[in-house]
Amino acid sequence: MRRFGWFNATSLTLGLAFLYLPMVILIVYSFNESKLVTVWAGFSTKWYGELFRNEAFLDAAWVTLKVAVVSSTIATVLGTMAAQVLVRAGRFPGRTLFSGMIYAPLVMPEVITGLSLLLLFIAIGLDRGVFTIILAHTTFSMCYVSVVVSARLATFDRSLEEAALDLGCTPFDAFRSVTLPVIAPAVIAGWLLAFTLSLDDLVIASFAAGPASTTLPIKIWSSIRLGVSPEINALSTILIGVVSAGVISASLISKRAMVLRAREERQAEQG
Amino acid sequence: MNIRRLLVIAVPYLWLLALFLVPFGIVLKISLSDLAIARPPYTPYLDLAAGLAGLKAFFAGLDFDNFVFLTTDDLYWRAYLSSLWIALSSTALALLVGYPIAYAMSRATPEWRPTLMMLVILPFWTSFLIRVYAWVGILNTEGVLNQFLMLTGVISEPLTILNTRTAVYIGIVYTYLPFMVLPIYATLDRLDDALLEAAEDLGCSRLSAFWLVTVPLSKQGIIAGCFLVFIPAIGEFVIPALLGGSETLMIGKVLWDEFFRNRDWPVASAVAIVLLLILLIPIILFQRNEQKQREAEG
Repeated sequence: MRRFGWFNATSLTLGLAFLYLPMVILIVYSFNESKLVTVWAGFSTKWYGELFRNEAFLDAAWVTLKVAVVSSTIATVLGTMAAQVLVRAGRFPGRTLFSGMIYAPLVMPEVITGLSLLLLFIAIGLDRGVFTIILAHTTFSMCYVSVVVSARLATFDRSLEEAALDLGCTPFDAFRSVTLPVIAPAVIAGWLLAFTLSLDDLVIASFAAGPASTTLPIKIWSSIRLGVSPEINALSTILIGVVSAGVISASLISKRAMVLRAREERQAEQG
Repeated sequence: MNIRRLLVIAVPYLWLLALFLVPFGIVLKISLSDLAIARPPYTPYLDLAAGLAGLKAFFAGLDFDNFVFLTTDDLYWRAYLSSLWIALSSTALALLVGYPIAYAMSRATPEWRPTLMMLVILPFWTSFLIRVYAWVGILNTEGVLNQFLMLTGVISEPLTILNTRTAVYIGIVYTYLPFMVLPIYATLDRLDDALLEAAEDLGCSRLSAFWLVTVPLSKQGIIAGCFLVFIPAIGEFVIPALLGGSETLMIGKVLWDEFFRNRDWPVASAVAIVLLLILLIPIILFQRNEQKQREAEG
């Protein structure tokens, strides 16, 4: 029997307080009436109103959303292909380089990734804007997707796929109707990860974005350089709310799917 | 090899070649070029139309001047050293904060563990920028922390924490804590309780059983967690720029300023290349550790 003493209780409480208190304080102050972040002057939602009247923020939010949806979708397709290659393709010329290129962006400092992509865009004369941000985000998020998906693929019993092929499926059909349903939770998790990474990225987007296009993190960055503002607190609160709701519901759904599948498998065994 | 298989390999391969490896080659090339007042602001510029003569002139124009420059101006090596030091101290702090959390998680009842894990991961999903920004409002001289400490009478004068190294340590520990906690938790979770019971039966106190059994068996998780905090912390830009003020030198910030403020692309590229060479060592060590762990698990 494992013991859960006062020491463990204290360290968990303190640890979670450390993780969550800063965000709680941020959220509380977004409802502050006063412009001064340090003085509490009563409850108000006026900064939210202010935020929704701010065209610049709304435009930036729209650009960010577009970039995140497009780049995470392309990254999921490419990343799943790359995972398939890493786990299934066996030996082929240049395999080491390939897996190196998948893992390197994960540990590469963002400033270097950003700088190198910008220099590429300039070298080939590509005008910077939404398109280049999408290219940049797709490139680093596909690596995250492929790591997540290949972990799931590695545990997947290949004979199921071979059975489908023996029964006359084309390779694509076998992938679609056998492999994909099994790795779907990992693919969805990969998409979510790519989406939030893109939503969140400041450094790479700053390099890849032209003067004409601004994403939300770039906009937030330029205003917090001037100090804490209740408007940014309101915006942060919305973002924290949306992401938390998304992550929590995604994990509940995948848990439910797992329970359902376990039940089906049990029934199949008994049946 | 059939067409389909070729396509599955070729598409992601070409994408990464074009958008990861080639840009990298460009950085390397520009780091060997010289600053010029032109568009693009560096020379030599590879002129493919000039053919072989152009290629020769191009290679003749490359040199290591920028790297020599990095060693002569003490700003750069001070920034590299201070980045390494800040990353190292934050990693140690993150271990001190993270280990007890991971330990407590592994001692919780099985029903609680997924929820606790979720609670540790959730902040990782919410915006990095916002989580760093939250600390600006807390650590300010008029911030929440100072107000609280003065209200409770702990201090009479506000502390200056924002725009110091301390703030950077706090920021790094805070944002990278999940990376420390999760690998340690993963190794502690697999730990066989019978080993601890055996140690206690053989006369170990609970504390010495912890030191002699639990800590050595969670070594792999500790090493993985330390690398996962240390490696990204070295090249960090947002945290020192937002919390560190102008006093705190970190190489990520130097690179950013070199590019965006000074517009010196060749030096920015040279800074990037040296940073990467420095990072190569911990990255290789980390890979080795991971491989050893996989082999141990068989």
